[in-house]
Amino acid sequence: MKAIATIMLRDGVLDPQGDAVRRALDHMGFAGIEDVRQGKVIELALSGNDPEQARRDVIEMCERLLANTVIESYRVEIEECGRP
Amino acid sequence: MRAAVIVFPGSNCDRDLKVAFQNAGANVEMIWHKETQIPKGVDVIGIPGGFSFGDYLRCGAIAANSPICRSVLAFAESGGYVLGICNGFQILTETGLLPGTLLRNENIKYICKPIEIKIENCNSVFTSGYRAGSVVTMPIAHQDGNYYADDNTVSRLAGEDRVAFRYVDNPNGSRDGIAGVLSENRRVLGMMPHPERMAEPMHGNTGGRRLFQNLAGLMEQA
Repeated sequence: MKAIATIMLRDGVLDPQGDAVRRALDHMGFAGIEDVRQGKVIELALSGNDPEQARRDVIEMCERLLANTVIESYRVEIEECGRP
Repeated sequence: MRAAVIVFPGSNCDRDLKVAFQNAGANVEMIWHKETQIPKGVDVIGIPGGFSFGDYLRCGAIAANSPICRSVLAFAESGGYVLGICNGFQILTETGLLPGTLLRNENIKYICKPIEIKIENCNSVFTSGYRAGSVVTMPIAHQDGNYYADDNTVSRLAGEDRVAFRYVDNPNGSRDGIAGVLSENRRVLGMMPHPERMAEPMHGNTGGRRLFQNLAGLMEQA
């Protein structure tokens, strides 16, 4: 099984890196960009086969280490191998 | 005074902090992060600056979950004194001992220069050697020193007189110019400026020395 944790700065928290990326894209001529937010994607290969347990485990990992919930929110997706 | 300085892989101000404690008269032990115990009789723990664990994931996040930090938490919760400087401040916020967090500097740049900070209150063992309202110079050296906490936390810190230092000219976008924060019991201090780097005449400025001398003086009396 694979778990994917997507971690983003919460709305309202300044993201200077996202701003720098937006400015660079502006300079490159890409039009119509209103905002850029930069986050992290963490992929975990898991040995278990219970997707609900995996979700609970990865949520705990996010709460305790992977995300700083003072400033970041997270989303967890579980992909079961071999299933469409 | 007995001081313990925690050393993580990537700490780089650990020996400077040791010297600053020693010059104030302390006996100092260095404690590797894989240790699990704080030696008996330690009065104050110093968490030094640097790039613990390469700043991977988030500054201070991995160090905050290392074995020794569980003992640092227990030490603080039982009333021990803890001083976290720069990366040490980031680690203390990641452990939850201090509120808020340190974001990327507003201008994204790594800033390394001496800077003026205002002593906001002298109501702690770390700051009682200074005059409230006075301005001292200490260096900053960080890319993630932009103090952030939500509105309630920022006003609570101000209301409880727990902002130890503010920048005179906010260099990094910190909320209300906050440069150092005290815990509720005023025994845990986290600060981004480096008092240990301006503690001797040969450093060109001794603005940080009084913090260590005062701490040592009060510990000897106790």
